[in-house]
Amino acid sequence: MALRELSSLEKYLGLKKPNKYSTQGDKKVPVLQNNNGPPLLGLATIACHLVKEAKRPELLGDTAENRAVVQQWLEYRVTRLDSCTKEDIKIILKDLNLYLQDKVYLAGNQFTVADTLVYYGIHPLMVDLAVQEKEQYVNVTRWFDHIQHYPGVRHHLPPVVVLRNRIYTSRHH
Amino acid sequence: MKLFVSEGNPHCLKVLAALEVTGVQCSVQYVNHEEKVVPFLSRPVLPALLLPSGLHLFSSNAICRYLFEVSGQESSELCNQWLEWEATDLQPALLQALHMAVLQGKGSEVSKVLQGPLKFLDQSLTKGGKPYLNGDTVSLADLVLWAALYPVLSDSSLALGEHKSVNSWFDRVASIHSCLSAAQKVLQGKGLQGMKSYMQRQPAPQSNQCRDTQPCNSNPAEGEEGERDFSEEEMEAAALTWSKGLSTSPVVTDRQHPILPQEGKRNILVTSALPYVNNVPHLGNIIGCVLSADVFSRYGRLRDWNLLFVCGTDEYGTATENKAREEGLTPQLICDKYHAVHSSIYKWFQIDFDFFGRTTTEKQTEIAQNIFWRLHKNGFLVEDTVEQLRCENCQRFLADRFVEGICPHCKYPEARGDQCDKCGRLINAVELREPQCKVCRQTPVIRSSKHLFLDLPKLETQLEQWLEKSTSTGDWTANAKQITRSWLRDGLKPRCITRDLLWGTPVPHPDFKEKVFYVWFDAPIGYLSITANYTDKWEKWWKNPHQVELYNFMAKDNVPFHSVVFPCSLLGAQDNYTLVNHLVATEYLNYEDTKFSKSRGVGVFGDMAKDTGIPADVWRFYLLYVRPEGQDSAFSWADMALKNNSELLNNLGNFINRAGMFVAKFFEGCVPVMELQQEDKRLLALVGWELQQYIQLMDKVKIRDALKHILNISRHGNQYIQVNEPWKKIKGGDTERQRAGTVTGVSVNIACLLSVMLMPYMPAVSQTIRDQLNAPQSCVNTMLQGTGTFVCSLCAGHRIGTVSPLFQKLEADQIEALKKRFGGQQPEDEPSKEKKTPQSTASPQPAAVPATAAADEVAMVNGVDPEKAKQLTQAVAEQGDKVRALKAQKAEKAVITAEVAKLLDLKKQLALAEGKSPEPAPQKGKKK
Repeated sequence: MALRELSSLEKYLGLKKPNKYSTQGDKKVPVLQNNNGPPLLGLATIACHLVKEAKRPELLGDTAENRAVVQQWLEYRVTRLDSCTKEDIKIILKDLNLYLQDKVYLAGNQFTVADTLVYYGIHPLMVDLAVQEKEQYVNVTRWFDHIQHYPGVRHHLPPVVVLRNRIYTSRHH
Repeated sequence: MKLFVSEGNPHCLKVLAALEVTGVQCSVQYVNHEEKVVPFLSRPVLPALLLPSGLHLFSSNAICRYLFEVSGQESSELCNQWLEWEATDLQPALLQALHMAVLQGKGSEVSKVLQGPLKFLDQSLTKGGKPYLNGDTVSLADLVLWAALYPVLSDSSLALGEHKSVNSWFDRVASIHSCLSAAQKVLQGKGLQGMKSYMQRQPAPQSNQCRDTQPCNSNPAEGEEGERDFSEEEMEAAALTWSKGLSTSPVVTDRQHPILPQEGKRNILVTSALPYVNNVPHLGNIIGCVLSADVFSRYGRLRDWNLLFVCGTDEYGTATENKAREEGLTPQLICDKYHAVHSSIYKWFQIDFDFFGRTTTEKQTEIAQNIFWRLHKNGFLVEDTVEQLRCENCQRFLADRFVEGICPHCKYPEARGDQCDKCGRLINAVELREPQCKVCRQTPVIRSSKHLFLDLPKLETQLEQWLEKSTSTGDWTANAKQITRSWLRDGLKPRCITRDLLWGTPVPHPDFKEKVFYVWFDAPIGYLSITANYTDKWEKWWKNPHQVELYNFMAKDNVPFHSVVFPCSLLGAQDNYTLVNHLVATEYLNYEDTKFSKSRGVGVFGDMAKDTGIPADVWRFYLLYVRPEGQDSAFSWADMALKNNSELLNNLGNFINRAGMFVAKFFEGCVPVMELQQEDKRLLALVGWELQQYIQLMDKVKIRDALKHILNISRHGNQYIQVNEPWKKIKGGDTERQRAGTVTGVSVNIACLLSVMLMPYMPAVSQTIRDQLNAPQSCVNTMLQGTGTFVCSLCAGHRIGTVSPLFQKLEADQIEALKKRFGGQQPEDEPSKEKKTPQSTASPQPAAVPATAAADEVAMVNGVDPEKAKQLTQAVAEQGDKVRALKAQKAEKAVITAEVAKLLDLKKQLALAEGKSPEPAPQKGKKK
């Protein structure tokens, strides 16, 4: 899974030469075989490395604050999203929904690699949401739909259908 | 900037140490563990840093990273890696360790939990051979890890064993004054006990196994819910049921038409939303109503319910009139033509209606007018004037679709009388600018016209009482209840039931004699009139709420008409009508990534399905497998091929075929003697359990969910065969041969059960299986009775028929061709350059490719090496210069040839290193 994400990220970044990866341990932590140094371990770490390699530093955040925010959400992705239980899912969606209330992207007004990785990580949760739930977490859904349609991001994942019109609270006549 | 911390919270140690080490100016506030500092998190999380921008950071590592960055130290990649490891690997272990040590007093067991991460850290430090994690100077990584480990490593009572490198590294970092002072602030010198009040407020850690083996990301479709455990008694009970064999009750006789309600039976009336006649239905329409209703009806008949399934085409309305004009036919001829199209499509899909009628019949006029007069008499109709456009030339009022003009909102020149296609806004026809009659292109005038309205507000109380009862006792889908509730919440308004049209049921009232009923009032009455065309005794179904249960199947857009408007008509008519008990609405089915669209040629429409060469049963299976039950879903060719190949061919078909083949090959076509062992009984219990789940779900019209249990049974069956290997045992001694017989016998009986459970879904395949097994007809009505009984229906000695494969593989190229054919002009959402990468051209195959394979493929596009390419480019340039120089000097030919050969070889290597084809570019050798 993580490897497909990284290969999708490479495509998004337009990296010409695909890197060599393997995985380690039961949790299948991705490992990047690096020509110029020791191998790199961990999804977030490798993702940041790829962004640097592609010379797209703005994807890591344009200010020190945003860079910290990006790292925070990358950590959130690999800690909270990747090992969440059924009960966690509700809290995660609720918190994110509140967080995204006044934001276009996770780091404010700028698209970053955090959007990409959190999108990949939350995809399995979104797939399982009923239409009503998608409406309940409307900010997450809006953000999610935005990211999945962000040019070149989706790649290996099937699209999640998001309805533009609200069904359950709208007026009908 | 403000940092919020709490005492005794180990995460705060990190940030306080980072703050001291970096010397960043920041106020620190000590708060309670319970204090909710970060506004968007539902659980209190500390530490938290309030940034100058007003945003909060809530991850201690991100805070440390930020403090380091603003003090001018950016973190390296190695540092990132340690921080990620700390968060994903070390923290879960630490949390568990602290939980044990601080709260459970099991300090001695902590070492077990921490052994893995400590060993990893120790090896890394030893291997690095440097004093700190990232080299010779202390970094963010050292600080974070040190602070994380401080509570456990500083407590000598935990006996964490000898990790030499870790210990010396730990002491080295501890010698930094800022670190120890931070530790003092957080733990107050109380060691582990200083964290007690914090730990008590943390949720108990999940054990590691649980985290690893049950990630929520597992695919629910394939995810088998572990092994079910059955008690001795349950297994014995399953074996007892099995041994009872087929019931001797009379075989279900063929349906005798007309089917009428019977005393003492469950009388069920099933309707499927009436498809509008002038459209060819697409797959979404088919799964939404007729197919779902068909599966449920077939199931109901198997359950021995007295069931009537009616449907028909909805034929009145402006759309038909327009279509007639387009095709130069009368509306009646259009209806006749398209009714036949619909009938043949449903026939091909094996929709087993008891009667498929139409709404343009005398019965319709009779019943609709009767309901109208009753509503009128009971005072539920009100008159009102409506301003409308009238074409003086054509001498008639122009209904919505007979007029076009400029949209008053967006100025789109071809807006229709009811809605603008461009901006999507609803329009009142009189608001259109420069309106034109669609027929004669004259400008219409505004005239007022009298219309009748159904007084919904007056019926609201009655409606609500009935709804309360129906939704609480019946099986209404969640969306049906929701949509209905939202209509009621917004308040009901009178709805116009008359229309200035020709093609409709005439309004019998003399004051409105030029008008017809509006389709929404008229169409649902079609259910009654169609039944009336089926049997004169139709009122036994429709005016018999005490004996009859009514199921309405539809897509969600149709809900309000069935839950609010039509019930109001029937309630207002006060004639003891049967009202809906169970309203089953599906969500929408999309096509691939988009909507079905006739005009754009996107999607598969009913009449095209049979031209694909894919059998109707497979279509049914896949549509039901992705039935938009509870949420929207999408039809996808790749997924259809995948499900066909993995579920039908490899799972279901494979199992049934193997079971039959073993009987045919090893036992001369006769079911062998079965002597059940514990393992077999366990399987019987398991299969019986799946059967019961299937029945419970089907009773609640959870059609898609029930299908999964059928597939589970064949999965269990395949596993059973795989473990027991009857093909080997048959060659062994007597006991082994006996065992092979039992396994084969049980398997072929499961195949027989599967044929029965499949009957509602895949009627033709189901019959083929029973033909191949030569199964007695009585198996059909034995096993689905009550809560479900899995019995031995093919006893020892039973002779089966000829076994042959049930399904065919859908090949990738075949599917790709179909996808193209039905794709229309699909919007492109991926950047087009993506198309050119080698990975994407190589994978038109279904998503079946396992996750890792695709990634491996990416990683394996090998030999590409930019570093080498750079060197080679240089070499090629140098060699080129050399050759040119030699030629200029008119050197010996042999020398030049040798150098040219070298040049060509270098170019070839360069091409390889750049990942291009090693074929040399066409030589321009002769041109010199």
